[in-house]
Amino acid sequence: MATALDTPAAGAITDQKKRYTAGVLKYRQMGYWDADYVPKATDTVCLFRITPQEGVDPVEAAAAVAGESSTATWTVVWTDRLSACDSYRAKAFKVEPVPNNPGQYFAWVAYDIILFEEGSIANMTASLIGNVFSFKPLKAARLEDIQIPVAYIKTFKGPPTGMIVERERLDKFGRPLLGATTKPKLGLSGRNYGRVIYEGLKGGLDFMKDDENINSQPFMHWRDRFLYVMDAVNKASAATGEVKGSYLNVTGATVEDMYERAEFAKDLGSVIIMVDLVVGWSTIQSMSNWCRKNDMILHMHRAGHGTYTRQKNHGVSFRVIAKWLRLAGVDHLHAGTAVGKLEGDPLTVQGYYNVCRESYNKQDLPRGIYFDQDWCDLKKVMPVASGGIHAGQMHQLLDLFGDDVVLQFGGGTIGHPAGIQAGAVANRVALECMVKARNEGRDIANEGPEILRKAAQFCTPLRQALDTWGDITFNYTSTDTSDYAVTPAASV
Amino acid sequence: MMTNPTGRVTQGQFSFLPDLTDAEIALQIEYGLRKGYAWSIEYTDDPHPRNTYWEMFGMPMFDLKDAAGVLLELKSCRSTFPHHYIRLMAFDSTRNVESVAMSFIVNRPAKEPGFSLIRQEVEGRHINYTIKGHAADAPEGERYGA
Repeated sequence: MATALDTPAAGAITDQKKRYTAGVLKYRQMGYWDADYVPKATDTVCLFRITPQEGVDPVEAAAAVAGESSTATWTVVWTDRLSACDSYRAKAFKVEPVPNNPGQYFAWVAYDIILFEEGSIANMTASLIGNVFSFKPLKAARLEDIQIPVAYIKTFKGPPTGMIVERERLDKFGRPLLGATTKPKLGLSGRNYGRVIYEGLKGGLDFMKDDENINSQPFMHWRDRFLYVMDAVNKASAATGEVKGSYLNVTGATVEDMYERAEFAKDLGSVIIMVDLVVGWSTIQSMSNWCRKNDMILHMHRAGHGTYTRQKNHGVSFRVIAKWLRLAGVDHLHAGTAVGKLEGDPLTVQGYYNVCRESYNKQDLPRGIYFDQDWCDLKKVMPVASGGIHAGQMHQLLDLFGDDVVLQFGGGTIGHPAGIQAGAVANRVALECMVKARNEGRDIANEGPEILRKAAQFCTPLRQALDTWGDITFNYTSTDTSDYAVTPAASV
Repeated sequence: MMTNPTGRVTQGQFSFLPDLTDAEIALQIEYGLRKGYAWSIEYTDDPHPRNTYWEMFGMPMFDLKDAAGVLLELKSCRSTFPHHYIRLMAFDSTRNVESVAMSFIVNRPAKEPGFSLIRQEVEGRHINYTIKGHAADAPEGERYGA
């Protein structure tokens, strides 16, 4: 029986002597384009958005992407013939114009499973985004989405704790978790820093958080921070009878530094540590393994992602980063707020949340999910909504994201006119009254403001929060949106 | 008296709100039943934050599809343990969840003395922390009055 590998690719040169004559061929002639190719169940399929230079044929551009992200170099090499080279070649198999974006094309490319080292995001990314984004015949390229075969997924351990076990450890169910980032981000001494942690947690938050750029600077050495923070966490836990935590950022100059910081966090009894995305894939996977061995929740701050995720024509979509991070193994991931101060179209952000939380992603074009993805029971990541959100948006946040999310109100807690504890109370009351109302069958998207006002009658801190921030919104147009309009369902 | 803003143990989904009436509790139970959860009732007089296993008041009610039935069990638990902490828990057996989906306190002792924090100074500035319930020294069943 003929397999896809036996079929000569359209455009490819099948005469072996001609194919391997020294010189330059078009990528499609070299075998990187096959319109008839049907991806195997073990293939990884990538969807690229490409903008070819003027005069470059989109099919040739797609073949070039396949070539440059797998085996090709710019000229024919006879050493190809020492390998089963046809199976190593990625295959571009479909090209379509992007709706409403002249000059841009979607290109689907399939990769054989042999191309990627098992359990290594560093290796997978070195192929898929290694060289191709600088390739001259393309003005721009973006990796929009990726479908990862179950065979490759099963080579990863995924989140060390996962969303479900995290809730069991923390004893917190049926509502979003509440957090806040300690502010100001920089300049507090360890003693002052711990004060903010204590007030926020005692007031009703579940978590406090180091910011991405808090490591070990002259104003606060990391050990000093950890010691004061853990005193605050334990004191707040005794004051409330709840498990509390504070994400101790263990990011440092070297992986050895990070292990040392993580060990100290564990010795002090912290339930969670934090790592910044900028540390890189191998470090993330190492820290994930460490967390697995040490019963630790791993919080991932996506510091730096906006440099490559935000612009639609070039870079890597955050949904791809989220998929890689679920495989690499993080428990928390900042995935956007939709209503806050940072970039994020609501549907697109919901797509990221689904990547983190679903057992199986169905194709969902309005949310930017281009492929079905079976996660093979890999644990779920708890998404984190952080950045410019406040209690007055609680109904929108709960409606958009449901229960499985950490809602982080930094300024919205610490900037409360009556103090940090009052800020925390306002957020917790807003959250609980909204969950209760939703469960009772109320239409929170529309009745939310009224539900909040009613709760504010028994909760002065909530009234003060609504008076201060009730009208604050960040209504700017998103840059990263779906190219597919929402179409109403045929039947309701 | 605990000094946090609520003056009480803040575990569960609704500790920051005024106590739910039985009618409000019934609405929450119905929400859980619509989602296919199984309700159960648990009680304790040791609400330590890491006391995972409260006592079960009967088995989880897997086959009970009626909020009134769950409320009846709750009333029975309250009359047996009027001074204990009682919580309602909903269990979701969906694959990849298989855990508690809702949990909220529906009965408390009149006075909640809370917890002390015991600091054991060890090496350098390192401190080992122990959280201990003020009522926990009394024997089980005698911690919050008869």
